[in-house]
Amino acid sequence: MRTLYKFHGGIRPQSNKSQSTQNGIVRTTLPSHLVIPFQQHAGEAAKPIVQVGEYVLKGQLIGIPEGFISSAIHAPTSGIIAALEAQIIAHPSGLTDLCATLLPDGKDEWITHEKTEYLSNTPEQLRQKLRMAGVVGQGGATFPSDVKLKLGMHKVKTLILNGAECEPYITCDDMLMRERASEIVRGAEILCFILAAEEVIIAIEDNKPEAITAMRTAVSGSSKVFEVVEIPTIYPGGGVKQLIKVLTDLEVPSGKLPAEIGVQCFNVATAHSAWRAIAYGEPLLSRIVTVTGNVRRPQNFEALIGTPINELVAHAEELPGANGYIMGGPMMGMRLPSKSVPLVKASNCIIVSSEKLFPPALPALPCIRCTRCSEVCPVNLQPQDLYWFAKAKEFGKAQTFSLFDCIECGACSYVCPSHIPLVQYYRFAKSEIRVRTQEKHSADRARERHEFREYRIEREKQEKAEKLAAKEKAALAAKELEAKSTESVQHEAELHKE
Amino acid sequence: MSVNFSPFISKPDTVARIMLKVLIALLPGIAIYVWYFGPAILVSIFLASITALITEALMLKLRSRPITQYLKDNSALLTGWLLALSIPPLAPWWLVVAGTAFSISVAKHLYGGLGNNLFNPAMVGFAVLIVSFPVQMTHWLTPQGLDQINLDFMAQMEYMFFGVLPHNVTLDAITMATPLDTLKTHLHLDKHVKEILNMPIYGSLAGRGSEMVSLGFLIGGLYLLVNRIINWHIPIAYLCTLFITAGIFHLADPDHYVTPLFHWFSGAAIIGAFFILTDPVSSPTTVKGRIIFAMMAGVITYLIRVFGSFPDGTAFATLLMNICVPLIVLYTQPKVFGKKIKANKKGA
Amino acid sequence: MLNALLVMAGVAIVLGAILGYSAIKFRVEGNPLVDKIDAVLPQTQCGQCGFPGCKPYATAIAAGEAEINKCPPGGEEGIQKLAELLGVDPVPFGVETRPRDKSVAYIDESTCIGCTLCIQACPVDAIVGAAKQMHTIIAAECTGCELCVAPCPVDCIEMQLITEKISNWKWRYPVYSMDMVQ
Repeated sequence: MRTLYKFHGGIRPQSNKSQSTQNGIVRTTLPSHLVIPFQQHAGEAAKPIVQVGEYVLKGQLIGIPEGFISSAIHAPTSGIIAALEAQIIAHPSGLTDLCATLLPDGKDEWITHEKTEYLSNTPEQLRQKLRMAGVVGQGGATFPSDVKLKLGMHKVKTLILNGAECEPYITCDDMLMRERASEIVRGAEILCFILAAEEVIIAIEDNKPEAITAMRTAVSGSSKVFEVVEIPTIYPGGGVKQLIKVLTDLEVPSGKLPAEIGVQCFNVATAHSAWRAIAYGEPLLSRIVTVTGNVRRPQNFEALIGTPINELVAHAEELPGANGYIMGGPMMGMRLPSKSVPLVKASNCIIVSSEKLFPPALPALPCIRCTRCSEVCPVNLQPQDLYWFAKAKEFGKAQTFSLFDCIECGACSYVCPSHIPLVQYYRFAKSEIRVRTQEKHSADRARERHEFREYRIEREKQEKAEKLAAKEKAALAAKELEAKSTESVQHEAELHKE
Repeated sequence: MSVNFSPFISKPDTVARIMLKVLIALLPGIAIYVWYFGPAILVSIFLASITALITEALMLKLRSRPITQYLKDNSALLTGWLLALSIPPLAPWWLVVAGTAFSISVAKHLYGGLGNNLFNPAMVGFAVLIVSFPVQMTHWLTPQGLDQINLDFMAQMEYMFFGVLPHNVTLDAITMATPLDTLKTHLHLDKHVKEILNMPIYGSLAGRGSEMVSLGFLIGGLYLLVNRIINWHIPIAYLCTLFITAGIFHLADPDHYVTPLFHWFSGAAIIGAFFILTDPVSSPTTVKGRIIFAMMAGVITYLIRVFGSFPDGTAFATLLMNICVPLIVLYTQPKVFGKKIKANKKGA
Repeated sequence: MLNALLVMAGVAIVLGAILGYSAIKFRVEGNPLVDKIDAVLPQTQCGQCGFPGCKPYATAIAAGEAEINKCPPGGEEGIQKLAELLGVDPVPFGVETRPRDKSVAYIDESTCIGCTLCIQACPVDAIVGAAKQMHTIIAAECTGCELCVAPCPVDCIEMQLITEKISNWKWRYPVYSMDMVQ
């Protein structure tokens, strides 16, 4: 039995998960069109390599990774690329980004892809395969997995598979673990092989007994050192730093990565995608999404990347009274700017909201410093002080109080009796600080360049002046020499005369 | 909580509910108060409540803030009640009104309103009253059943509102000093503790009647603790420090210093520990800070009670410690997850 | 009486001596004021303040010869920072110096004749090129000062406003507090 530890704070909201776990995962039919953004991952966007009008096969590469932190984008089904233009995507700003619009031809024809035995590849080859297969973290952060698997200075001893899924309403990982446990375990074997990790821990919250059983059964058939650990259900226990603390009592130092303390963590869905990519040659084309909330049939769907959300929700039958969609969970999700934005690799859940489910906001009262927020903060920060500083735009003080350690989990806003949208203030403050840091950088560079320019002009002037002085000196010297020589000639001439 | 940005759910708790629970927690103490001292206190509380709400509405109007939303949060009511409980019930009506009006307008709104006051508003009001009107503030009602003339309710009201006493009755005949005050006066007259405690105004633990009122507030305080409205750090730290300090002096010289239990159950120690010092706005936000805050308040309360010129030190101890809160909070920040140093220091 | 006077005088002398000694012994060499002011200015080097660059403007402010509201690229916040630094009241922008949105210069390569006049004008050397060669703006280094627009004899330089994209979008200040209701 593994000893489990605790992290500070945490809340226990209503889980609202049983609504969407009544049925198994349903594969959706082809939507009318697919909109595939070229930036679905952290780092640099993929570069399009297709033209408008081109016919593509399912799984065909349509965007190549650019730069060290990047990933590939593929066509989720066969069809024609109808457009390559900016469209509204799932981003809180409501702004647009470059997307490929694909019109499916209904044949769903695969491009040739090969199965591989992972043991016959080197870790570096496997990493390349994952990069070109577009495998990114599917827990929400979408960090390219190949970069996380790069062996750096620090040896990774423990590989953690995050099956916690601590946010209410979301059940996609739960259903994936119930139905495809063996594939997740095989995927974890690949990750373990690449990292040369010594142990693998699969952490699952104790409100998912079926998933725990399924994973335990799958693990028993594996050759490696796997351990399925049941962790207490508390939000945000699935946050990577909190999870590492619970399992190992190690705190990831602020500003550093888990790899630096010998731990690496992947979502169970990422492990599953890694397995499909290596063993079957299938790039990341679809994902499990929970559709729940104000719908008649809340459940989990396996949907293609690029599916317009409204077409996906139609499968679950939206009920009257719906007033918008939330992508993600109720604690950290975002309101979609439009109902037809495309599904991306990060979309783990769509909640159809209504006034009954998510009542309108009460007006915020002033902060009464009751500190219920700091009692629940998993990072042991002082949210009431951060709010004070963010509100007053005292960004220096906010940074001193560790604003950038905030994981924006929302536990503080959840408990606030004054109903202050605390996380909004932190997001604003972080945004502003980032922009200011950048501006300061640019200003410093501009000052450097300006000073160098002044120096350069001075130098040129000096060089000119020196040249001129040297010329004049030479001219003067030449004159003197001439004068002397004429003098001496004259002198000689006089002498001769005499 | 905003409907457009996460989190989209929240706990159904509000400031109004919290304040209401605190008001409810005061009820046992008030009930016992009425049992021993008559219903005059209810009139004080009523007066204080009305004044508090009117003053708050007026100040909000002057500051151009939405009135109904802020009035509904019960914080003004709480200030009024706490002040009314610190004032003698037979005090003239204008004393209650002036004190409450000062608390709300100056100590609360001039500092910025809800959430921005540096000092506990009720204690500021109390301090102003006791310094400005020492006579009216030291004439407390005698508990029922004592050998003094007890006025009936109507006569009490006549005095409160019109300043008229019945024939042949002087103020001194119907009022007395607090048990703590009496203790101090008699100690100065070189009497010993044992003799003093034999006087009829003292009950088994402390002042007759008022010890039971303190017990009532203790029940209310425990209700607050169980419902997690307040943290245990301040009440426990305050009461323990008071007990230990009183205990040291008592053990050293039992003839001149009363028992710690006497100090617990007299004056505003219990109501201070659970209701006054725990005011979230004017007390520290860190756990270590709260303990230091309460411990020092306990010591100061004892010192004022025994060596100072006021009968009870809770109010002044609160105010003195309120000044120190920003400094205490600065130096007691907890360690942040993933950092080796405190939340407000630079570096890793 | 005399004793009291002597004691007070003695205490004053001793304390004065301690303070004087500390002022000399523990003096902290800080940045000169000009450098501090220059650190606050946005380094656009545009000359809109009437001085040939940010350092001359900073020198003028330090000498008390210039007002602090002359720098549009610094914006309202720049004025606030200068006011705080100098301990004076902030002055709002005058009519002539309104802040404008940030922009970056762009050379139309089909029109450029390679005269190098813009290169000589740019205060931060953000234009790459040589005589009779194509000129181009290094967008990352351009401060938007607009000094290159006027010298161009063929008017091939235009200022393009920096639009909000997903990469440079930032969260807005939350306005949910009740104090904003009225």
